[in-house]
Formats: sequence, structure tokens, C-alpha cells
Amino acid sequence: MPIALTINGEEHQIQDRLSVAALLAQRGLDPNAVVVELNLAILPKEAFAHTLLEEKDRLEILRFVGGG
Amino acid sequence: MKDALEIGGRCFQSRLLLGSGKLSSDALIPEIAARSGAEIITVALRRIDFKSASANILNHIPKNMQLMPNTSGARNADEAVRIARIARAAGCGNWVKIEVITDNKYLLPDGYETVRAVEILAKEGFVTLPYVSPDLMTAKRLVEAGAAAVMPLGAPIGSNRGLKTKELIRILIDEINLPIIVDAGLGKPSHACEAMEMGAAACLVNTAIAGASDPVAMAAAFSMAVQAGRQAFLAGPGAETSFATASSPLTGFLREGIGH
Repeated sequence: MPIALTINGEEHQIQDRLSVAALLAQRGLDPNAVVVELNLAILPKEAFAHTLLEEKDRLEILRFVGGG
Repeated sequence: MKDALEIGGRCFQSRLLLGSGKLSSDALIPEIAARSGAEIITVALRRIDFKSASANILNHIPKNMQLMPNTSGARNADEAVRIARIARAAGCGNWVKIEVITDNKYLLPDGYETVRAVEILAKEGFVTLPYVSPDLMTAKRLVEAGAAAVMPLGAPIGSNRGLKTKELIRILIDEINLPIIVDAGLGKPSHACEAMEMGAAACLVNTAIAGASDPVAMAAAFSMAVQAGRQAFLAGPGAETSFATASSPLTGFLREGIGH
């Protein structure tokens, strides 16, 4: 059963019991190059592997870009 | 170290700060950084775009540079605080350029919300460098709130129009006992030089370098201009007068002693 959650403001369906680390890997994202906020709390990189995503989670995946 | 710029307990030799936005390629950053001599560089935080592959800008920034994430995109103090905390959690240190903007046409900063953000973040141990309009009362409140520097705009962001707010910045330099860093609007090296001659502690330049035909050469030009302006300020420019004052002696030549 897929679950529905919000990633960067958009609705997404993902498979159940997927960790943040596994989601990043699926999307081809380097965990060291992103910052993750889960339900408005910053998720430490050490927690990526053992944090499982749940229905209705609000996930923000951010990165640094050029800016003045 | 003589004539160092001290911010947040760290000393810098360069008084030119770099913005990393609008570059045609992030791969230009190492050379721009080297030629500018800059030791501080801003970055922004954004959502990942899953549709376009994106490299990590931090890979292009020399490791010895002080990173200064900005809070661009924040429309109030709470959003600025949230962005600052995320940036710090990302492992980029505790510096932050506070930028709170709701005005989309001129991108003028919201002084009230900026002061609120500085109050919160300074208590949390951040080194805060707020971007503000050059208003003396706002600057005084930023000092009380614990800001590490005050960064007034010379002209609207990205406008390249120069030191349009000169008189108000001059008052900040005179009255505020924190580094005054002119941020935004400086379009040419002469603008930066003018700010430094007046006693600004530093200049932050982005668009003028990124938008130049040769950004690397322009970075070098800004570096020289900032140094020239600083040296002129330290040397103490002479007084202005309304009328001519001769540079050569007016007596003792030709007219004297020839019988007229």
C-alpha cells in the first residue's frame, strides 16, 4: 500500500516503510548535499537511515544555491 | 594583523564580500573568489527541484571561506528564523545574513521584522548580519538586538545604480559602533571605492560581478577599488573648499625684482 505525503509542498505517493535515506537514494540525491526538514523539525543526517516516512508527513528537502 | 575587519570574533583581511547568485556557472566561483580576495560568501537555501539535476554549490566554494547563508525568501521574522536554523543544521556554521522582504518591486527590506529576527537569532548564538535600509533608528535597534554588523543598501538589489543612499549610510557610519557593510546596488568598482572612502567597513557585491561580461576580471577590479577606498579613508582625505587653492607657490618667481 503506497502512502501519501507532502514533499516540498507537493503531494506524493511513496511505498510504505520507506526511510528518508532510501527516498533520497531513489531520487538520486546525495544525503550530504541536502538539508531535510520533517514536519517543521530539522532532521539530523544521522537520522536519515532510521527515520521511516509516514502518511501525511510534511517533508522539505532543501539545498544551498547561489544567492546574494 | 593590521587593519583587519572583525566580525563575530573572526578577523578578515579582505573587505569585499561576495554574493554567489546569478552566475552563469557555479564553476566560476573558485576563480572569482581568488581574484576578489574575498573571504566571506553568501549562499541561499532552496527546495530541491526534482525535475532538474543540480550540483552542490558548496563543492565550488573554497573551504577556507566563511559561508554566510541568507534568509532570502523570508517574508517575516519567523520565516527568517526558520531558514537560519535550517542553514545552521546543514553544518555551514552560525553566520546568517538576515533578509526579510515582502516588497516585490524594489525588494526593500522590512526593518521591523528584521530586528525581530536578529533578536531571536542572536540569542541562539548566530552571528547575524542584517540587510536593511539605511535608517539610523533601525540600525540602533539592531545594535541592541545583538547584530554583528549592519548592512545597508546603496540602491535596490541588482540595480547597479550605486551609492544612492550615501548620506544616510554616512550617518550610520558616524553613529553606529558596528561594521557598516554596504550591500546591494553597487554596480561599478567606483561605487564601492566611494563607500570605502567614506568609511564603510566593507562592501558586499553580487550582481555587478556576476553580470559583468568578464566576472573574474570584474572581481579583481572590485578588489582593487575596495582596497583603494579603504586606504584613502585611512589616509584621511583633505578638506573640500569652494574656491581654488593653488597647489604651487604663488610668490617668488618672474614678477619680483624685475623693475616694475
